[in-house]
This record gives sequence, C-alpha cells and structure tokens, in this order.
Amino acid sequence: MIWETVVLALRAIRRNVLRSFLTVLGIVIGVAAVITMVTLGDGATEQVRADISSLGSNMLQVRPGQGFRGPGGVRMSAERFKISDAQAIQREIAGLKAVAPLSDQSAQAISGNRNWSTSVMGSTNDYLVVRDWPLENGRVFTGAELNSGSAVCILGATVAKELFGDQDPLGAFIRLDRLSCQVVGVLASKGQSSFGQDQDDLVMVPLRTMQRRIAGNTDVKAVMVSAMDGVSTEMIREDIEGLMRERRRISAGQDDDFHVRDMQEIVSTLTSTTRVLTTLLGAVAAVSLLVGGIGIMNIMLVSVTERTREIGTRLAIGAREGEVLMQFLIEAVVLSSLGGLFGIALGLGAAALGAHLLGMPFVLNPGIVVLAFVFSASVGVVFGFFPARRAARMDPIEALRHE
Amino acid sequence: MNDTAPESISSPLILLEGITKVYGSGPAAVHALKGVDLKIDKGEFVAVMGPSGSGKSTCMNILGCLDTPTAGAYRFKGVDVGGLSRDQRALLRRNFLGFVFQGFNLLSRTSALENVELPLIYRGVPAGERHAKARDALKAVGLEGWEFHTPAELSGGQQQRVAMARAMVIEPEVLMADEPTGNLDSTKGREIMDLLCSFNTERGVTIVMVTHDPGMAGYAGRIIQFLDGLIDSEGPGRRHAS
Ligand SMILES: Nc1ncnc2c1ncn2[C@@H]1O[C@H](COP(=O)(O)OP(=O)(O)OP(=O)(O)O)[C@@H](O)[C@H]1O
Ligand SMILES: [Mg+2]
Repeated sequence: MIWETVVLALRAIRRNVLRSFLTVLGIVIGVAAVITMVTLGDGATEQVRADISSLGSNMLQVRPGQGFRGPGGVRMSAERFKISDAQAIQREIAGLKAVAPLSDQSAQAISGNRNWSTSVMGSTNDYLVVRDWPLENGRVFTGAELNSGSAVCILGATVAKELFGDQDPLGAFIRLDRLSCQVVGVLASKGQSSFGQDQDDLVMVPLRTMQRRIAGNTDVKAVMVSAMDGVSTEMIREDIEGLMRERRRISAGQDDDFHVRDMQEIVSTLTSTTRVLTTLLGAVAAVSLLVGGIGIMNIMLVSVTERTREIGTRLAIGAREGEVLMQFLIEAVVLSSLGGLFGIALGLGAAALGAHLLGMPFVLNPGIVVLAFVFSASVGVVFGFFPARRAARMDPIEALRHE
Repeated sequence: MNDTAPESISSPLILLEGITKVYGSGPAAVHALKGVDLKIDKGEFVAVMGPSGSGKSTCMNILGCLDTPTAGAYRFKGVDVGGLSRDQRALLRRNFLGFVFQGFNLLSRTSALENVELPLIYRGVPAGERHAKARDALKAVGLEGWEFHTPAELSGGQQQRVAMARAMVIEPEVLMADEPTGNLDSTKGREIMDLLCSFNTERGVTIVMVTHDPGMAGYAGRIIQFLDGLIDSEGPGRRHAS
C-alpha cells in the first residue's frame, strides 16, 4: 500500500505541474540564496584573513599623531619623527627582525612620453624585510646608495608595467617630479590589499634621496618594524610606546602624541567587519528564504479549495484518512527535498562561480546548507501537509462542498 | 471486512430508522431530514423524487456514508453504521458502495482511465488488473477510446459516464446516483438510464437514484417521494413487474 501511495503522490505531482514547479522554485530560490550569500561572505572573511597575513601579521607601525583614537586635528601638531627615532628603536628594543623608517609622498613618474602618478616611498632595504617583499628583478639598494642618497629606485610591478610595458626597465632612467633616477630593481607583485589598494603602485628610493632631493626635509613619516618569530607583538608595542614617550618627553598622565598600530589589531578589526558583512548577507538571504517560504505558502493556500475537493473525492470513493494524509505528506516531502537539493546544487554552484570570479576562496559551511534545507523543506511540508490534514478530517461531503 | 458482520437473511440491505439531519443550530437551524424511515432490499431499483430542498441529497449522502445523521439509526447489511469509526466507514464505501455525484467530482487534469482506476488503487488491486478493469468499466459505459482524455476534454454526458464507470468498477453492492441525468438532454438521459437498468438486471446491483424527471423515475421498480424532510409517499415504478 505504501508503494501505491507513493504512486498516487507522484501522479499528483505530475498532474499539478505548475503548482509543483512553483513550490520547488520557491524552495530552490530560498536555499540557493542563503547558501550563495553565506558561502561568499565566509570566503570574503577567509580572504581578508589570508591577505592580512600576507601583509605581515607580525608587523607594527609607529606614526606621529594620535591615529584613529584621538580627536581630529591633534595629529597636525605632533612632532615628526627623525631617523634617530628609528635608530633608537633599532638599538633599544629587543626581539625585532627589522626596522624601516619611511617617508612617502605622491609624485609623477615619467619615462619617455609615459606618465604615471604614483607614490614615492623613501626607506631602507629593511622595508622589504618588514613587508616580506621579494624582488622580481634587479637588486636592492647598496649601502653606499643609501648613505649618499643616490638617484636610484626600485619600481613596484604596477609602475613598471605602466611606464615600460613589456620592456625591461632595469638600467633605464625615470623622472620622479624633478629628480631623474635610475631603475635598479623591480618588486614582485603583491596585488590588491584587503583595503582595496594596489600595493604594487609605488616607487622605492633610498630614504636619504627622498628627504634631500624630493621632500626637501628630514622627516620620517613612520617607522615600520617586524617582530621576530615567536615574539609577542603586544610586548614590542608596549616597549616601543615606553621608548617613544621617553624620547618625546611625555610625562605620565599625558596622552601619547604618536601611536603604534599592531597589524594583529587590524586583522581582528577587519575580520569582524567582514563577519558583519557575512551576517548582513545572511540576513538578506534569510529574507529571500522567507519570501520563498511565503511563495510556497501562497501556492499551497491558494490551492486549498481544489485540494480539499480532491480529498473529498478520494474519501468518498473509500480512501482512509491516513492514506490521504500519507499521500499528501509524500508529495510535500518529495517536492520539498527536490527543491532543497536543486537549491543546494544551485547555491553551491553560484557560490563557487562567484568565488572564482571575485578571486576569493570557496569556503563551504555545512551548517548553513543544512539549515537552509531544513527551513524551506519544513515550509513546504508544513504548508503542503496541514491544509490536507484539515481536509482529510472532514466528512467527505463537507470536503466536497468546500468553497 | 469483519466489521460489516454476518449478513443475516432477515435484515434488509439498507434500513433507515428515524433519521434526522439538522444543519446549523439555534434559530438558524435547518431541519433537512425530520425522521426518515426507509427499507431497501438487495437488488431493488429505487427512485427518489421530491421538490427542491426536500432533503433528497441529504438522505443520499447519509446512505452513501458520506455524511453522518444528527439522530436515528442506519443499518447497512445489519450493521449499525453510526457505531463505525471513520476508517471503517471509509472501508464500507470502498468495498460496497458506488456513488455518482450530481457534480461528478472527477479529479481534474486526470485521464478518464486514471479516474476510474482510483478506487481500485485504494483497494490495492495490482496495476495490470487495475488497468484491465478500468478499461472494461469505461467500455461498459460506452467510452472506449476516451481513456486518455481528461474531464475538461469530455462532454457533460461523457463525464457522467466516467463517474458511473468509477462507481461501478469496484462491482459495488449498491450504486447511489444523485440526479445522474440532471444536466443531460433526454436522449443522453435515456442512455444513462439504460446503463443503470443493465447494472441492475444483469449484475444484480442495488440502485438508489435521485431524479426530478418522472420519465426517468419510471425506469425504477419503486418510487419514493420526499416532502419537507420526510418520506411523503411510495409507489411502484413502471418496471414493477412481479
Ligand atoms: N451543508 C448545508 N448546510 C446548511 N443547510 C443545508 C446544507 N445542505 C443542505 N441544506 C439544507 O437542507 C435542506 C435539504 O437540502 P437537500 O440538498 O437535501 O435538498 P434536495 O432535496 O436535494 O434539493 P434539490 O432537489 O434542489 O437538490 C435544504 O433546505 C438545504 O438548504
Ligand atoms: Mg439535491
């Protein structure tokens, strides 16, 4: 008899093609939307985490001014760093792998008739150590070049491409504003940062060159340091803060006029941001799941009259309540799980495609797959089954008279 | 069906005693049946007549175990139907009763064949036998070649005959038909009546039929007149031979 009931249910599905299709569609859309959104959101979070660790998670940045924390304007009045500050950090703080003072500003880079607006970064070779940034081609600065402030530069991958295209830039001369300097190296490409910046859009020159021949001052805008493996960045941060307060003669109780930014901190800020994003996407998806559910509900409720009459007919020719219920339950379960499976396939497919197009990792979250499936399947079953149950409990004649 | 009990020689096939049916309650209550007593024996062909609203359909629905009376006793083959559970009544309908509704009540978007097969499915008849029986039933009502048409593609008379085939396919003991010729012209009506007569005479099926048409009622062996929720009079039909 169970088999006969399955046959009846399948026949009913075939008979009500449109209704069945719409039910399945509602579930497919709901499930697919949730899975796609949440999977992409998780992928974004994962990517940010990976990006930041490529940025160097054991890196700290020391800058004059109060950073994000203080009220605006305070930063302007803060005293600039000098090379001696970087040297003091190097000397006094233990557990550092590299210390790189840097000073940057934007400039026009010109080669022949090509012209590219970029940022010039004055620093030492230590900058490349801190950023863990290898060269693609050429060499780093020599000690002599660094000391004398020679007119040499290392190009970021983007600048190299914009100015030289496929040609080899090594040995060529470019102009940075008014300074003509020779290309000695090209950096490997790092791609976009998680902030959406092109990290390869820069030209590196020795710090002295920057100060004397481009900026015309002896300022150091920031000092970047990286901790040795296994050394806590939190400890180094405290050490640097102590040292700088001393050097800048900040008495106890006075606010710092500089700040140390820990990449670890940025990592957690950013991942919590993307987590908010995932939650938001999830919420949007939940709404589409709900809308899909309401769609299914509507279809089922609109067809209640027809179903009630049909149930009346079945009861009248001798079907038992249980048999009718089983048939409608099977129908609802078959449609819902069909929709759910299609939805999962579509959702994972769309998420995989989206992740591929956006260059993000594909992170499968089985919990959400199960949740979306269970939710919409229950909607299908509940709204397919309960009107049928009401009808099956009526006297046949009552069900047949239903309007 | 152990519940439908020993068929005692003495008890008639159908016995109604003091059946009443009240719709609604309070001042708005409608007393559709006010105490109907009726006895129908196996093999009879009974026509039920009466003015509109006199309670004919209400009575038929109770006879067909589709509705429950407010009070009174209904014995089918000596068994008190009022004492049966819903499922037992369903089995009664499944195994002994064929019902033809005034409005046919065929499943839409479903072929004539599948409609006729439906009661057999609930009886658990295997597919092959089911198809054969359903085809035979359709052939018997003159619908050979129309097996795969849906109700929407059939005329009123054809739908009526599909409904008849569906009621007959289980070889019921009783066939109940509520105005089987109600929406048909007299030629089509006569075809249906001939069909009913052949079921009655050739297969020994007991038939209870509601009609407004005295001509159609004339086919029956006995005519019962309803009036205002009660049986007003009884008389023999044309075929009342013996
Ligand atoms: N479901 C119902 N709810 C309330 N009243 C009903 C219901 N069904 C029937 N009635 C009332 O019961 C009475 C008898 O109805 P019934 O359908 O049995 O009449 P009938 O003899 O079949 O009439 P007709 O020849 O027009 O079909 C009518 O007054 C009708 O209004
Ligand atoms: Mg009627």
